[in-house]
Amino acid sequence: MSALLPFLLEIGTEEIPDWMIPGALENLRLLFEKLDIPHEEIRLDATPRRLVLRATGLPARQADSEERILGPAKSAPAQAVAGFARKQGIQPEDMVVESTPKGEYYVFYKKVAGRQTRDILAEALPGVILGIYFPKTMYWTGKGGPRFIRPIRWIVALLGEDIVPFTLAGVRSGALTSGHRRLGAREIAVTCADYEQRLRDHCVILSFQERSGRIAEQLAAIDVRPDPGLIRKLAYLTEFPTTIRGGFDPEFLALPDEVLATVMRHHQNYFSVTGPGGKLAPEFVAVMNIESDPEGFVRRGNERVLRARFNDARFFWETDQKKTLAARKADLAHVTFQAKLGTYLEKVERMMTLAAELGGDAHAVRAAELSKCDLTTELVKEFTELQGVVGGLYARVQGEPEPVWQAIYDHYKPESMDDSIPRNRAGQIVALADKLDTLRGCFRVGLIPSGSRDPYALRRAAQGVVKILAEGKLELPLLDLLGGDAGLRAFFEERVKYYFKEIRGFAYDEVNACMAAGWSNLVDLEARLVRVRSLRDSADFEPLAASFKRIRNILEQAKFTGGGAIDPALLEPGPERDLYDEFLRTSGQPIESAISSLRPKVDLFFDKVLVNAPDQKIRSNRLTLLSTLLAEFSTIADFSEIVTNS
Amino acid sequence: MQSFQEIILTLKRYWAQRDCVIQEPYDVEVGAGTMCPETFLRVLGPDPYRVAYVQPSRRPADGRYGDNPNRLYKHSQLQVILKPAPEDIIEQYLGSLEAIGIDLRKHDIKFEEDNWEAPTLGAWGIGWQVMLDGLEISQFTYFQQCGGIDLDLIPAELTYGLERLTAFLQVKDSVYDIDWGGGFSYRHVRYMDELQYSVYNFEMADIPTLWQLFDLHEGEAGRLLGLYDPKSPDKKRFPLLPAYDQVLKCSNLFNTLDARGAISVTERQAVIQRVRKMAVAVAQAWVDQQSGAPAEVAQ
Repeated sequence: MSALLPFLLEIGTEEIPDWMIPGALENLRLLFEKLDIPHEEIRLDATPRRLVLRATGLPARQADSEERILGPAKSAPAQAVAGFARKQGIQPEDMVVESTPKGEYYVFYKKVAGRQTRDILAEALPGVILGIYFPKTMYWTGKGGPRFIRPIRWIVALLGEDIVPFTLAGVRSGALTSGHRRLGAREIAVTCADYEQRLRDHCVILSFQERSGRIAEQLAAIDVRPDPGLIRKLAYLTEFPTTIRGGFDPEFLALPDEVLATVMRHHQNYFSVTGPGGKLAPEFVAVMNIESDPEGFVRRGNERVLRARFNDARFFWETDQKKTLAARKADLAHVTFQAKLGTYLEKVERMMTLAAELGGDAHAVRAAELSKCDLTTELVKEFTELQGVVGGLYARVQGEPEPVWQAIYDHYKPESMDDSIPRNRAGQIVALADKLDTLRGCFRVGLIPSGSRDPYALRRAAQGVVKILAEGKLELPLLDLLGGDAGLRAFFEERVKYYFKEIRGFAYDEVNACMAAGWSNLVDLEARLVRVRSLRDSADFEPLAASFKRIRNILEQAKFTGGGAIDPALLEPGPERDLYDEFLRTSGQPIESAISSLRPKVDLFFDKVLVNAPDQKIRSNRLTLLSTLLAEFSTIADFSEIVTNS
Repeated sequence: MQSFQEIILTLKRYWAQRDCVIQEPYDVEVGAGTMCPETFLRVLGPDPYRVAYVQPSRRPADGRYGDNPNRLYKHSQLQVILKPAPEDIIEQYLGSLEAIGIDLRKHDIKFEEDNWEAPTLGAWGIGWQVMLDGLEISQFTYFQQCGGIDLDLIPAELTYGLERLTAFLQVKDSVYDIDWGGGFSYRHVRYMDELQYSVYNFEMADIPTLWQLFDLHEGEAGRLLGLYDPKSPDKKRFPLLPAYDQVLKCSNLFNTLDARGAISVTERQAVIQRVRKMAVAVAQAWVDQQSGAPAEVAQ
């Protein structure tokens, strides 16, 4: 075996969208591992302009192998044997005779030299690179050319000291990388050993951890609102991140925090700074892609941009105040909710009715009435992501009671599974009314999500309904709220399963078992799930579940439709009678207290008693006993859904 | 300090030195430089092209009566089309910023994902907004489709917001304070347009008349497009360029009606579709017309 070699692949591109980079790296790793080239460690790195995979311990050559080639039969004429040997380029004595199922045959073991790893890589890497999945790709060399997230401009591919040679999209692989766009050189010769250091010399910090660490470290000295998501984003938007601190006129602090923070965070990628008492300070922190700002150009530039943006926001805030939310309701007649589902005015009226039906009080109904009025405000037109929040803020200023403005403020929540549900009951009711109305309407007119297409974000809406009902402990009959739509029912069934499995961590068979016993009341469903989960720790649980499955199979095979009472007179003394007595004793008790005494009786019954008794009456009575037992203990879950090892 | 016009001249010279045709603005109202035939039609088909021009771009709804320091009814875009995009296109673009005096070792430049799309043109591309010290100064797009047609050669489109860029360089908080050149301010040159067009677009444009004009231009475009015969030996004579002017007229009327508040959200989609249908039809006919006579076009 020859020495082991390091491998370096750098795909040099134009700026890749920050949020796609982690997924692309994981993909690159999988595609590389699929090549089945032995290696030790893999290291993945990326900046906006490069995706990098480094591996150690690759063999220069794959191991040699042997191929078994079957020759003529031993009985074949000598000429045929010589002919075969000649064709293989060997002497007849290089062959051996082996007995096969067809008889004795000549066999030749051909030595196949392992291929050069470099050749394998050269052949495979173009496919690996173009195989990386991105949500949206482009052509750059012309129609029909390769597709990638952004144009590929250079490729470094080194195995040990050698270039792994290939061409992709007109780019030849080599040993030249490229530094920071303005602080580094455009072409830099690298080796596997000095690659990372050479990049550093040209103002590129290769490691994402180091870049985000650098940002975090510089922020540590300042009282900024923690925002790990923004650190991540900026670390993938820069190759050499450095923070700078800027300020704005304290006059702008008269605007709501939410508006200032949104402008800074979502429009400018700035960190907000907090002052005494956790209030916003008239300052911000930006991250730039250069090392320093000695003349203050970057700081002043950012301050001016922020000033212009805040001025706009203040102008909108003041203009919007000239008309109250209540006075804007009529304008919703001109705002389309969805072409087939009418205007927002109609939607709001449906929401008001629904809020009352859901048990909402006068505050909830009022909040529903005003919930969409902010769609006509300038501020929401400018900062769409603040819909709801802006309505809540205006309602507060305009003297609506606290439960009302908070409900308006929160009613788009939860925006994701990580987001919290509305903070008060009225908000939960309005959020439910809004989402259920959208879901019912869309399903009615056939706007049903399919595959990855979900333009009205109905999955998120349904997931939100489930989360609010479960975490808000709202004991509402979900199935009665779906307008009798079978498609919507099936859609929700998936969402409920997803929620309890993926978000709440219940095992899939526990979820199936409990949902089989009903899932309209999610609070009740959750309580049963908790019970089944703790039952699972009992040693009797899985055997009993297996028996329940057996009972169900027996009942199904016998096409037993139930009904009828157990006739005690027909019960045989012994295990059958014992099981019946145990059933009478534990009937009405929670399964937790019955399980340990019930299980041995059930086991013994199956051990000793033949359910399919020749006498039809006895058989039927036994089936009735089993079916009654199953029904008694299936109110919290259908235990036959539990997956057991036995 | 460079004046507005010096910046424009420098950028034009920069791109002229990189073998671009320097065009004058198109003389029909458009909402963006992309809509000019020099971009919309030239990016179609297999022939390379390079062009740069300043296009006054009208966005009636953005008018603010000359009161807002950053928003304009009509702003100036420098539009550069490089078809196909050269490999060092980003370097060339950064070079143009350095040419107007921005030292990029002392300023922060970032390319943030922003995929451009123009539904009325059936056009979209992949690219970035270019941020300079937190200010969006350019849109950078690799066109993928135009008029609903996949492009043969992928052009790069660079769009510079000239007022913003100049205000940045001149350190002005209001575009109206920009020094235009020759001792005149931007206010001096442009204030009256902003004021009067805002009054017209928001208050006085006659809605029925605008709808009528829309219908007339749409009718004329449709009439012409209906007459185009791909099999005709004389098809290269066919006036597709004038037909496209009709589409541009419709697009600007749509924008004006929209600013005037005359288009409900429901209607909006339908009107966009009407414009798009014409634009797509022109693009398709144009590709056919070009493929029929590439040699003559080249002359």
